[in-house]
Amino acid sequence: MAKKTAMDCVKLARDPKRPHIWDFIGNICSDFEELRGDRLVSDDRALIGGFATIGDEKVLVLGHHKGANVEENLAANFGMVNPDGYRKAMRLAKLAEKFGNPVVTFVDTPGAYPGDTAEARGQAEAIAKSLEVFALLRTPIVVVITGEGGSGGALAIAVGDRVLMMENAVYSVISPEGCAGILWRDGTKAPEAAEALKITAADLKRLNAVDVIVKEPKGGAQNDHRAACENVKKAVLAALKGLKKIDVDELVAKRYGKLRAMGDFS
Amino acid sequence: MGWFEKGEKVRIPAAKELWAVCPKCKSHFEKTRWKKNGAICPKCNYHGRLAARERIAQIADEGSFNELFRCVSYSDHLEFRDATGSYVDKVEAAIAKTGETESIVMGTCEIDSHPVMLGVMDFAFMGGSLGTGTGERIVRACEQALAERRPLVLFSASGGARMHEGILSLMQMAKTSAAIGRLKEAGLPYISVLTDPTTGGVSASYAMLGDINISEPKALIGFAGRRVIENTIHQKLPDDFQSAEYLEKHGFVDRIVQRGELKKFISKMLNYWGF
Repeated sequence: MAKKTAMDCVKLARDPKRPHIWDFIGNICSDFEELRGDRLVSDDRALIGGFATIGDEKVLVLGHHKGANVEENLAANFGMVNPDGYRKAMRLAKLAEKFGNPVVTFVDTPGAYPGDTAEARGQAEAIAKSLEVFALLRTPIVVVITGEGGSGGALAIAVGDRVLMMENAVYSVISPEGCAGILWRDGTKAPEAAEALKITAADLKRLNAVDVIVKEPKGGAQNDHRAACENVKKAVLAALKGLKKIDVDELVAKRYGKLRAMGDFS
Repeated sequence: MGWFEKGEKVRIPAAKELWAVCPKCKSHFEKTRWKKNGAICPKCNYHGRLAARERIAQIADEGSFNELFRCVSYSDHLEFRDATGSYVDKVEAAIAKTGETESIVMGTCEIDSHPVMLGVMDFAFMGGSLGTGTGERIVRACEQALAERRPLVLFSASGGARMHEGILSLMQMAKTSAAIGRLKEAGLPYISVLTDPTTGGVSASYAMLGDINISEPKALIGFAGRRVIENTIHQKLPDDFQSAEYLEKHGFVDRIVQRGELKKFISKMLNYWGF
């Protein structure tokens, strides 16, 4: 078989049969209680949050929700989060901080919702504030990029102490189609843009943007949800185990140091 | 010399050399008049773009600006190349064109005798895009401001993250927001000035995180691009969508301030806060 291209990964990462947030919750958590709403405007169904038990750990789970069928897609706005969703995530993250629960996030979104109502309610401010809140949050944060890591809409819940990435997930500053449209002036050049942007797990590990690559079952996570989730569970628990030993001041300082090192200046 | 003989040809300048066109109201003005008015439209009061150095000259007390981190520049981590050439060639062309080495110019200065850390983005440098060099300058500025107990003032003008630097440009959003967060936690003021245009990854990080966010008349400020939104919602958006006035109405900027009043406004705020 020919070597997997970046665009092959994009296709796998977007596969609707890939495990989604409820699959991860169902397979990884022994219990889960959802908590809803941003206390301001609404409850955004594109971002799910709640407290859960993973192994022996009591954690806050946050994750994008794309939906597994058309009905769910529409309800979840295809995983494109409004400001309300990010504000819910921040509210719950602050709760986790208050009660000392680690945070585990599952990232899978084409991007933050580009709509007029999202702009009116401050999409830019909501993402910006999320970055600030998660960067300073005084509790461990483990991030798992499970499918599409779509730009700022992904990053808003992807600032953490350990960033795990599933083997066939992608994570990028802009979609390959968007980049091709701007820099190639031709949306069909997405495969070239995907290569150039270096968006695969292996590339991102080399660039130190992710810490751990989580193996997927043969052919991809869509073929075996159980096995894929089991691998993610093991990696999350291993990451949490390491992080829980670190004093919280040091943890936050280390997280800053990790972000500080993004881009190569020493 | 007879009229039929060829004399020296009078060169007629191209229209764009003579006329400035306001991008908002499309009115035409003589270039000299546009410039004399400080790149502000005499008709609709749109506040046009300024080079970073022009802005610094207007904001910093004369002779007080001391530039920092000029050696921190771009980095081609991806060895990026698109249909029209390599990132290195493009960014070197931007350096040659603007005389700057990154999309933000940073330094210490005084504003009406208040010592501050001042950063000004230059839209002419690759659309003011946020690259690793830009992010590094901002983070270093925050750290130095923290150490010297200086307020931070940033003027943003940017199309967003610099995609030629891939994921690491995206990470600058988190990196700068983290540094700004620490500065604010330490009780130091951060004044963010969003100028035309401030969009994408810059509006969705440090530009929106000011203790106060201020803007200039008619500046474009937003997250997603107008066309992307129109294609998503299948509707035409109103003209004032994503303008500074729209943001003020929706509660995301504290005040829209005329260019000529900006310096006074900033120093007044610093005065209220005891800096």
